Amino acid sequence: MNLEKLMNFPKWFGDWNKNNPTDIYGPVIVMGGLGGAVLVVIALFSFGQPFATDSLQTGPRGIGMSVPEFKSDLAKPDPTIAELDAIGNLDGDLIAAMQAWTGIPNLFEDPDSYQYAVGSMMISMTQNINENWAGHVNANGEVGVTCYTCHRGQPVPSEIWFSLMPVTERTAGWSANQNRATSLSQSTSLPSDALESYLLDSQTIGVHDLESRAAGIPGQDGHPGIQNAERTFSLMNYFANSLDVNCVFCHNSRAFYDAGQVTPQWATASLGILMVQELNNDYIVPAGGLLPENRLGPRNGDEPKVACATCHKGYQQPLQGTNVIGDWPQLQSTEEVVDLP
Amino acid sequence: MITEYQNIFNQLQVRGPAEMGTDDYGTLTEDRTKSATFSSLFGWFANAQLGPINLGMAGVVSLASGLIWLNIVGFNMLAQVGWSIPEFIRQLFWLALEPPSPEYGLSIPPLNDGGWYIIASFFLLFSVMAWWYRAYQLAAEQKMGKHVFWAFGSAIWLFLVLGLFRPVLMGAWSEAVPYGIFPHLDWTTAFSIRYGNLYYNPFHCLSIVFLYGSCLLFAMHGGTILAVTRYGGDRELEQIVDRGTATERAALFWRWTMGFNATMEGIHRWAWWFAVLTPITGGIGILLTGTVVDNWFIWAQEHYFAPTYDGEYGYEAYRTYEDFIGKE
Repeated sequence: MNLEKLMNFPKWFGDWNKNNPTDIYGPVIVMGGLGGAVLVVIALFSFGQPFATDSLQTGPRGIGMSVPEFKSDLAKPDPTIAELDAIGNLDGDLIAAMQAWTGIPNLFEDPDSYQYAVGSMMISMTQNINENWAGHVNANGEVGVTCYTCHRGQPVPSEIWFSLMPVTERTAGWSANQNRATSLSQSTSLPSDALESYLLDSQTIGVHDLESRAAGIPGQDGHPGIQNAERTFSLMNYFANSLDVNCVFCHNSRAFYDAGQVTPQWATASLGILMVQELNNDYIVPAGGLLPENRLGPRNGDEPKVACATCHKGYQQPLQGTNVIGDWPQLQSTEEVVDLP
Repeated sequence: MITEYQNIFNQLQVRGPAEMGTDDYGTLTEDRTKSATFSSLFGWFANAQLGPINLGMAGVVSLASGLIWLNIVGFNMLAQVGWSIPEFIRQLFWLALEPPSPEYGLSIPPLNDGGWYIIASFFLLFSVMAWWYRAYQLAAEQKMGKHVFWAFGSAIWLFLVLGLFRPVLMGAWSEAVPYGIFPHLDWTTAFSIRYGNLYYNPFHCLSIVFLYGSCLLFAMHGGTILAVTRYGGDRELEQIVDRGTATERAALFWRWTMGFNATMEGIHRWAWWFAVLTPITGGIGILLTGTVVDNWFIWAQEHYFAPTYDGEYGYEAYRTYEDFIGKE
């Protein structure tokens, strides 16, 4: 169908067009592109960047030390803070508070239940954390921990972990602990045994030689191999995801080994590693012996264990630095005795 | 429409009889397949003629042992997921055939902890070497220079450093690179971090220079020749022996751009040396890592080419956490 006939244009219009062929497509593309770009620029200036970010500078300029976040994410407070406020201080009734924090309404009502025994150990653990690990927990000011810091109203806290070893079949050694996307490898092909090696078995986290030349065969006599670097990398990925930060929150990433080029958060995290090792070995694993079978690991039947994310849940500070301990002096010291029914 | 046929870089595919190659001694065709076909699809990207191919004994041996390597790797991955095909496909990029654990040193490890890796590596070595020999053999048959053979040799140097020379010098096969998609990338990162940041290894720096330089030279040369094809510049060899206006214009363009120009012959030496030096320098850098230098960043500071950043560390020096999360 001829456009001129369809639109009922006069004949001279079609004739003129035929006699004066003009390339309109090139200019249209150029003008359209330019015009579109102008519109985008105007929109950006008028309405702002839809994916605006903010960043937390963590070190000297010029080496990329900053933790970036979307402003839209920063604007959302941790929803469990409001849930904690809703529970309130219950006129200082610790038993009622612990029932609400853990989501176990009959907690400490039946002395024969396993929750009673486990709960007693967990009170000791909480007191120990508040008294002896203040260097980690209160590094940025008085916040403390309670049952709620891990439980958040759930009988089984989120972000606990179980051993997944071995992750591949018919293998041994360093072939058996890596190369499979798992929750503990942060879906990478790095080793899945970083948490159990470093935060339960308390192996040395060592990657580098601190001299430009050091003799020795890698992987032998405490001389770290590439595999140790991979396992440490896996642990560091877990740290980063647990706190929603990146390498440079703690390290100058061009010199991971250098204790002179780390942030104060590196020291806080190092205390956290020691704390988690103690919690797992002195409280969590022994308490695991009291648990029924359906609470044990699906693969190896091991106890549920804690690590960074069990408290932090993706935030730099658990509950974004909310002081949870202020109302509860009974949980602040191992000297205190909590009267159980 | 034949007016569009101005040079060989166009969409027309002109077809005559298949080019079957020379047969100077009357025996050279024995190693070749007998027939040739044409493919329009191939013609869009390169020469439309497919075949004949001269695989030869070295080629057959190379392909066969390479296939054995691939099968050992694949079946090990399959065994690792309990012979489950769906899981094999799902985890394919994560799975790997790993080298032995460090405690085995250079001894023969159990099959399930690197033993299969050693066997597979032997076949891969044999395959690559047979293909290298074939590159020499085919060049010799055509009475060509051995430039492709030596260029492939430079890549093999890096391959041998990674999988043979360096593990032997380090005293453990565990230093070799795993056979897997993501795992070999993890190895690369971990290797750099383990040895104190490979970016401060001067031979790594050189390798990057030659790698990026290769890309730059390739873009400059390809762009130049395409730009003068309308004057016959695509027939580079004719332009070398019988300089024409295409060469003159290309040379003028670069001399006016940067005061200096490569020649029609020399540009290919530039490209060859840049490409070849990439794995040669890279291989030297890898070979020195862990054998001569264990921490490249400290080494760089000792030799005054890495700075020390001694500003304030920690966000407290810059702003508060409460301000960052909007609580202030």
